[in-house]
Amino acid sequence: MFDGLDALLLARIQFAFTVSFHFIFPAFSIGLASYLMVLEGLWLKTGKQLYLDLFKYWLKIFAIAFAMGVVSGIVMSYQFGTNWSVFSDIAGPVIGPLMAYEVLTAFFLEAGFLGVMLFGMNKVGKKLHFAATCMVALGTFISAFWILSVNSWMQTPVGHVMGENGQFLPGESWLAIIFNPSFPYRLVHTLMATYLTTAFVVGAVGAWHLLRDRTNPHARKMFSMAMWMAAIVAPLQIFAGDMHGLNTLEHQPQKVMAMEGHFQSHPDGAPLILFGIPDSEAKTVRYAIEIPKASSLILKHDLNAPLAGLDTIPDDEEPPVGVVFWSFRIMVGIGFAMLGIGMWSLLGRLRKRLYDWSWLHRAALIMGPSGFVAVIAGWITTEVGRQPYVIYGLLRTADAASPLDAPAVGASLLAFILVYFAVFGVGTWYILRLMSHKPHTGETGVKRGDSGPIRTAGITPGPTQNPGQQETLPTESGPMDSGPTDRGDA
Amino acid sequence: MAFAIDLTTIWAFIIAFAVFAYVVMDGFDLGIGILFPTFKVGSERDRAMNSIAPVWDGNETWLVLGGGGLFAAFPLAYAVILPATYPLIIAMLLGLVFRGVAFEFRWRDPGHRRFWDAAFTGGSFVAAMAQGMTLGALLQGIEVSGRSYAGSWWDWLTPYTLLTGIGTVAGYALLGATWLVWKLDGESQDHARSLAKKAALATFVLMGAVSLYNLVLNSEYAARWLTEPEIYFAAPVPILTAIVAVTLLRSLSVSRHSKPFWLAIALFFLGMAGLGVTMWPYVVPPGITIWDAASPESSQIFMLVGVAITMPLIIGYTAWAYWVFRGKVDDTGYH
Ligand code: HDD
Ligand code: HEM
Ligand code: HEM
Repeated sequence: MFDGLDALLLARIQFAFTVSFHFIFPAFSIGLASYLMVLEGLWLKTGKQLYLDLFKYWLKIFAIAFAMGVVSGIVMSYQFGTNWSVFSDIAGPVIGPLMAYEVLTAFFLEAGFLGVMLFGMNKVGKKLHFAATCMVALGTFISAFWILSVNSWMQTPVGHVMGENGQFLPGESWLAIIFNPSFPYRLVHTLMATYLTTAFVVGAVGAWHLLRDRTNPHARKMFSMAMWMAAIVAPLQIFAGDMHGLNTLEHQPQKVMAMEGHFQSHPDGAPLILFGIPDSEAKTVRYAIEIPKASSLILKHDLNAPLAGLDTIPDDEEPPVGVVFWSFRIMVGIGFAMLGIGMWSLLGRLRKRLYDWSWLHRAALIMGPSGFVAVIAGWITTEVGRQPYVIYGLLRTADAASPLDAPAVGASLLAFILVYFAVFGVGTWYILRLMSHKPHTGETGVKRGDSGPIRTAGITPGPTQNPGQQETLPTESGPMDSGPTDRGDA
Repeated sequence: MAFAIDLTTIWAFIIAFAVFAYVVMDGFDLGIGILFPTFKVGSERDRAMNSIAPVWDGNETWLVLGGGGLFAAFPLAYAVILPATYPLIIAMLLGLVFRGVAFEFRWRDPGHRRFWDAAFTGGSFVAAMAQGMTLGALLQGIEVSGRSYAGSWWDWLTPYTLLTGIGTVAGYALLGATWLVWKLDGESQDHARSLAKKAALATFVLMGAVSLYNLVLNSEYAARWLTEPEIYFAAPVPILTAIVAVTLLRSLSVSRHSKPFWLAIALFFLGMAGLGVTMWPYVVPPGITIWDAASPESSQIFMLVGVAITMPLIIGYTAWAYWVFRGKVDDTGYH
């Protein structure tokens, strides 16, 4: 299947494939963990059943997404050694400790409290349970902090010294390494991206149920909360993205040249190329639709500021322009579409028609998966744009790979592709099925019992050996209505 | 046997601790997965699964600490071992994928529960086997030139590694079965007890076989066990192992609940100690010692601070999470 590809290219495809798949889940679970924390907090504060229902509704979805995030993440932490062993050896003294901190401060926290969050409502009482939810949410945040610090150091390496044996060694201060120049921008931009991703998923589920029944109070609440996020965070995200771009211009100019499609230098004002087809051979963008001087305005805040192009960069230092150019436009396009939905929802609120405008609901439904697309497009911009380096300016990707034969990497890549599509495809299907269930009063949590949690109302479970762990049917009123019950209260 | 306590030695012990914690804790999860087909469909399977559902993720995190800690404290070892055992590591990771998602998926899709139960077993078996074989591949020695792996991509497959692989499967099954003796009651507990007996016997035999094989595998290993003065430090390990083994079998014949599990852990602890005697001070036999592979002092100190602060907390809240779900998992939930 992969004949003719060398081991290096296969390793790159494998890394890109597995990390992109992995990031789909954190993009959702970081935001969702915070959303669950807010829902449970609101429930504790107001005592309203509605919030508890929503909490339980999303908790079931969270459990699946989180499990997939964990198993795909473990793959990542071993891939550095399996496929990028030269990189691991050389960069280990600097980035290894940061990743170890991630395990110690984030992964254990998430995993340690996850069990209580999913199954412990009955066992520890409301307050402690809420504390567990907060810890899981905090864990996802800390995890993002460390791993983005690592990645940012690879983009903008500072604070290290070179050892005699060729290793990167930590310099005077770890803070300089952790808070490297691109890290604050990447952290803010990525965290907001996960919130937006989650908001648009929640909004789409709300919209879907509103389209079926616009009086459903649960759907209304979901939709409204999600639209607030969209209206507030989308503009902030665009602003943060712009700042991020300026930071990149300072530290990784050829990445910005590729994003902008600037093959040529523009001594007096560079145009903003909206669309076009970059042709790296001919070093030009074909069929370009451009706004004169706008790029200089955005990047330099001056219409006539000169901007250097890829003609100033040796050919073997250039990133692949086409991919970066397009992935960047996809992300930015989605960013503005998200802003559009946010503004539309504000208008709806103003007119008191938020729950009535079915075209808004349809648009929000279509935008449901957009966050995932934007997030992956953003990462592709970031990662492909730093090529041919893996540690920017210092270590080439080609020099970082493990001494493996192409058949070995080809076989593992094939296995990852088959398993990931099958397993995570099925998991996504289960999530979609849960989402298609109407949120309702007396929502059940993550339950374990013989009848299994998924049942259409009306089918009576067979005689059960597990009365205590019995799933209550969605429409039944049972102990669920009086508060959180789980796993039997004996 | 040079034995000075320096930073690198401390780190070797921290990594060994993480690996031990992983092997014991995910060991019983994986063991339950391995034994799963022998449990009755319905309540028995559900309870076996429920007994680990709240804790498996935390257990598995020790694997990330073991790998991540190795990467940070001994980057050269990480960079040599993983390419050398490439197919094993990939198989383990994929096995863990199936095992991990099965916890959720089997409840989400009762129609395909049998399939996900099979995935749970298959994933657990593959992961356990691959881990055991990785250990074997490490012990039999890894060919290195310069700072990288220099062997071929099948070097890890030998009769010896198959033996260590099967031994690990048996050991995990023992941990899983004794865990269930603790967490279940009634008929299911009797069932677990009889499984534990079989797994215990298999584990003793295979542990013995691996130990003897080690003596012929490498003359240096034999020297560490059989010459003076080393023998005085080493000899207690097999003697204690024999005592623990006998006590374990006896505890399974009377109706003890948690004791067999603790004894199984003691057995693994002694196995780990034996491994230490065999390998010390090499992290990648035959050529790379822990000092060759160590990252610089400043990296190790930086992380040591983190470990010193977080490890007590981690152990604290992990213990709390176990305590929340204490007691028998039975038909009416937890007591
Ligand atoms: C911005 C956030 C982010 C990014 C860029 C990454 N991850 Fe991740 N990762 C998370 C955010 C996250 C998380 C939110 O903490 C997860 C997702 C779901 C989960 O269970 O935890 C997680 C899980 C997770 C786990 C399982 C943790 C456990 O056992 O509980 C590992 C080992 C990794 N990741 C490792 C990686 C590596 C090596 C990455 C880079 C190549 C990476 N992650 C990118
Ligand atoms: C989770 C979000 C991420 C996504 C979607 C992502 C995506 C990608 C992609 C598409 C490539 C391939 C680029 C190319 O070869 O042309 C790549 C390369 C790489 N990334 Fe990331 N990345 C992410 C996060 C990270 C993080 C956090 C790290 C480090 C800690 C990292 C380390 C690397 C390395 C080492 C490579 C080089 C290998 C290669 O070129 O394929 N990535 N990534
Ligand atoms: C229209 C507004 C946006 C602008 C101007 C913008 C700008 C940027 C830039 C310049 C980068 C590359 C940074 C670098 O590697 O040097 C980037 C990366 C990224 N973008 Fe955006 N972005 C926008 C919208 C979005 C949206 C809506 C999302 C997701 C919901 C998103 C998610 C990401 C992610 C995940 C990355 C990779 C991580 C990083 O480097 O921060 N972006 N963005």
